[in-house]
Amino acid sequence: MIDTLLAHEADAWVYLASTPLLWLTLTLVAYVIADRISVACGRHPAVNLVAIAAAQIIVLLQLTGTSYETYFAGAQFIHFLLGPATVALAIPLYRHWEQVRAAALPILVSLTVGALTAIFSAAFLARAMGGSNLLVASLAPKSVTSPIAMSLSEHLGGAPFLTTCLVIITGVIGALILSPLMRLLRIRDSAAIGMAAGVASHGIGTARAFHIDSVAGAFGGIGMGLNGAFTSLILPLLRPFIGL
Amino acid sequence: MTAALAGIFLCQLIGEFVCRLFALPLPGPVVGMGLLFAYLLARGGQGDKAVPKPLGAVSDQLLGHLSLLFVPATVGMVRYFDVLSQYAVLLSVTLLVSTALTMAATALTFRLLKKKP
Repeated sequence: MIDTLLAHEADAWVYLASTPLLWLTLTLVAYVIADRISVACGRHPAVNLVAIAAAQIIVLLQLTGTSYETYFAGAQFIHFLLGPATVALAIPLYRHWEQVRAAALPILVSLTVGALTAIFSAAFLARAMGGSNLLVASLAPKSVTSPIAMSLSEHLGGAPFLTTCLVIITGVIGALILSPLMRLLRIRDSAAIGMAAGVASHGIGTARAFHIDSVAGAFGGIGMGLNGAFTSLILPLLRPFIGL
Repeated sequence: MTAALAGIFLCQLIGEFVCRLFALPLPGPVVGMGLLFAYLLARGGQGDKAVPKPLGAVSDQLLGHLSLLFVPATVGMVRYFDVLSQYAVLLSVTLLVSTALTMAATALTFRLLKKKP
């Protein structure tokens, strides 16, 4: 009797360790916990959903000695939805289209200023602190969404895997500092706040902008999409100016 | 609901295909966003300005939990902790200062031009 129970228990653990369902479920649970904490703190900007959810998972992976490959076998279903979510940004954009069209000039000029600031400030700071060409190339595209940033990084002679990490950290930093920085600069216009979030910190910043309001979210999507396109065209031309 | 989801996936699929076909330096989903937006504009031109309800609902669901979708990639950083910690000071100073400067420059430029059209 006990023998069969033990055998079943072993089977059950083998099942848990091998099914994608385990880490898929745990990722959702970690996010729900992070979301509850965020709501309990009144959506305070310092309580970052992505960072809190990911930290829980990282601790669990370390404790159980689980590889990222095993984790991703389950989490890929969530990761996959990034594509459709990007497509879905068309809806808030359409809903606020009148407002967007009226702001065409500020959008295009602030995009240009923001994108150039992102590239040059990152390259200059890294150089000033003695960063190698590899680090500068990996940092230069850090403000744009990761598929674009990775291919730019590779083109410039950087390390795409490192760029992915830097893009994510930039996103989390952007989400953390967005509200306090805008308060400091006395900027209350949701359109300006959303644009800044999208240009400087892509999708993770845009996710934070959606917590401010839907106008900020819509402009975040525009800033992110336009900066992706603009940076991928301009950065290869700027190579000599950042010493690459 | 199903039709809305199929529509979104279809836009992404066409976007991915077009990007590869013309070797565009853009991710497929960004082109997909453009396609869906063009569809909504064209449809709006025929009178109905509102986003179809199911499409609006699917989009609100996806975008309302956009943070969730970044969790798997963020967890992926565990693989590179050693490289990241090796350059921890340089990277954190650069990322923090550069992100703050970019946000400030973007928002201030936006405000400046919106006030004086």
